[in-house]
Amino acid sequence: MAGIVGYGCHLPRHRIKVEEIAKVWGADAPSYKKGLMLREKSVPPPDMDTITLSVEAARRALIRAQTVNPVDIGAIYIGSESHPYAVKPSGTTVAEAIGATPDIHCADFEFACKAGSEAMFVALSHVESGFMKYALAIAADTSQGAPSDALEFSAAAGAGAFIMGKENLIAECLFTHSYMTDMPDFWRREHEFYPQHAGRFTGEEAYFAHTKGATNAILKKSGMKPQDFQWAIFHQPNGKFPQRVALELGFTQEQIDPGWLSPRLGNTYSGASPIGLTATLDVAKPGDMIMMCSYGSGAGSDAFIWKVTDRIDKVRDLTIRTHKLLDENLTYVDYGTYAKFRRKIHKNA
Amino acid sequence: MKTVCVAGVGMSQWGEVWRKSLRQLFADAALDAIAKSGVDHIDSLYVGCMSGGLFAQQEHLGSLMADYIGMPGLPAMRVESACASGGMAFRAAFFEVASGAADIVLAGGVEKMTDCSGDDATAALATAADQEYEVFHGATFPGLYAMMAHAHMAKYKTTRSMLSAVAVKNHHNGSMNPNAQYPFKIKPETVESSVMVADPLRILDCSPITDGAACAIVCTEEVAKKLGKPYVKILGSGAATDTIQLAQRADLTTIKAATLASARALKMAGRTIKDIQFAEVHDCFTIAELIVLESIGVYEPGCAGPGTLAGETGLDGKFPVNTSGGLKSKGHPVGATGIAQIVEIYKQLTRQAETGRQVKKDLKVGMAQNMGGSGGSSVVHILEVA
Repeated sequence: MAGIVGYGCHLPRHRIKVEEIAKVWGADAPSYKKGLMLREKSVPPPDMDTITLSVEAARRALIRAQTVNPVDIGAIYIGSESHPYAVKPSGTTVAEAIGATPDIHCADFEFACKAGSEAMFVALSHVESGFMKYALAIAADTSQGAPSDALEFSAAAGAGAFIMGKENLIAECLFTHSYMTDMPDFWRREHEFYPQHAGRFTGEEAYFAHTKGATNAILKKSGMKPQDFQWAIFHQPNGKFPQRVALELGFTQEQIDPGWLSPRLGNTYSGASPIGLTATLDVAKPGDMIMMCSYGSGAGSDAFIWKVTDRIDKVRDLTIRTHKLLDENLTYVDYGTYAKFRRKIHKNA
Repeated sequence: MKTVCVAGVGMSQWGEVWRKSLRQLFADAALDAIAKSGVDHIDSLYVGCMSGGLFAQQEHLGSLMADYIGMPGLPAMRVESACASGGMAFRAAFFEVASGAADIVLAGGVEKMTDCSGDDATAALATAADQEYEVFHGATFPGLYAMMAHAHMAKYKTTRSMLSAVAVKNHHNGSMNPNAQYPFKIKPETVESSVMVADPLRILDCSPITDGAACAIVCTEEVAKKLGKPYVKILGSGAATDTIQLAQRADLTTIKAATLASARALKMAGRTIKDIQFAEVHDCFTIAELIVLESIGVYEPGCAGPGTLAGETGLDGKFPVNTSGGLKSKGHPVGATGIAQIVEIYKQLTRQAETGRQVKKDLKVGMAQNMGGSGGSSVVHILEVA
């Protein structure tokens, strides 16, 4: 089956700590740190958006793909909740920047936090069907969280990019399963700045029900068990949820560790589980099996089973690893700077 | 007045019951009570509900619930007295049977609180306070009870540990209640390190937001005997009001409505507080349980805290309080709470309380004390084993 021939990640270097946000709003930082297992989150600076994050991640995916000529990429799909334009695709700019135009199909995807894995699924399908040689899927967000809302402690930025192909694979996709119901757990209407959510309902009935639904279905489809995998990645709205769902499904802390980025990265919305996959590929060995399960409100989950190939050892260090982006060269900002960066201060002019 | 009995009780699932609506919760509890009592009909229906309108955009609950339990045509009305709505609905049913106007009345309570946001639920609850003189100025219920707690701590040297002891005891009891929203035990240090809501009250001093319903079959003794199931007699019913505003009260460390309602119920029952062996009281906040126990005369002022800390109100104590887990652990769907207190007294008196929660000593007489707002209203019932 088709799979990943190149992958890349990009994260902002700026971070804000949970304590800094809590201080401004009179919130209880220890309860966020303990209850939601969040320590800090990434903050996109003013010149960074879904498009620029996507370009960086896509360029790194091309580096790891080694021999892929951008003009051979037949489609570019970007999944995001924060496309900079309401009308005008993000993908056109990214395709232009990586030299993949003009003979290419392009669409921006939207499905709350699983827009990125949707892009991956469709890109994979195109390649698998023989419709095109390569397809580029990008999961990117500069997430929105309303001031003082619980989401503000997690909403973060980052991007993961994957070039799908049939030859020279880094990871082969063995199975996919998508799982979806109509579920009003988290939404943002047009012209609203920030999404709204339904508290614990968003966890129990939405996140946990769908991630478990998709994962159990793909395990059944594949005849595999949690212990058959070396690694697992679940959507990461905070630190606690992916850990809880993993442990409840029978996966271990060791399996999720490399891709469990949210305690320090925050929730990169569409980017969350795809970026977790990039961090996991960075440490995976040939032959390793990886479970990945996204979640998007509204609501649904896309699950994938990846098998890592020998090629991983040749390409992982051709460009920067995800954990290096997460851990190094960080700049901590105060709430005022963060509010300016995120355009939370509204001016008349 | 006729002798009036409770011949069966029922409860819906309690908690954050996202998959059941206001009407479904009520129907679950009503049909449970009807089935358990074995009655073949009911003559009328009272629905205690604080605010179907604000929590679930639904009023006209008499009609709705009669319809949804398959009995359109039934005389039915909704009764409202904020968080005392359930107790007041029970009182209305009691009087209808006592007067001879009906033989079998279904007294129910329901609240569906998670169909709106937490902020909207807080605002809906705040309508039980004085909108012009309290809420307009920013007061919330945790804030009002926090002021009562501070006054009590200053006057009687009530301590943080005493408040914690209420929460720990009620969670211990609730851990054995299959209907409880939070059926787990907690430690004092967990209470004391939980998030501050309104000093000195922390989140584990507060009852939660809950979906749930409870129902009781209120009937004549003739009916109860014929049914052949365990039943209890209602010896007394008392209700009272006080100033809705806290600021208008001479003393913040006592709840006069509870004192009056309790005295009236005891007078009707021909008993004194010393005859009461156990009680369900309205512990919407830990401080409320202590103040109520003093207001109804179980303890002298300032003595409920030390008594609770000494274990006197525990399951094996000399006066068990909130054996169900109380509002704190069992949950507080405001309109249903008063009926759920009756459910627990009924279960304890008929020795049907679930595993481990049944008080060991012989129980004859118990009391249910339900309260609205910060004590703007209270309703008390005394029940005796038949």
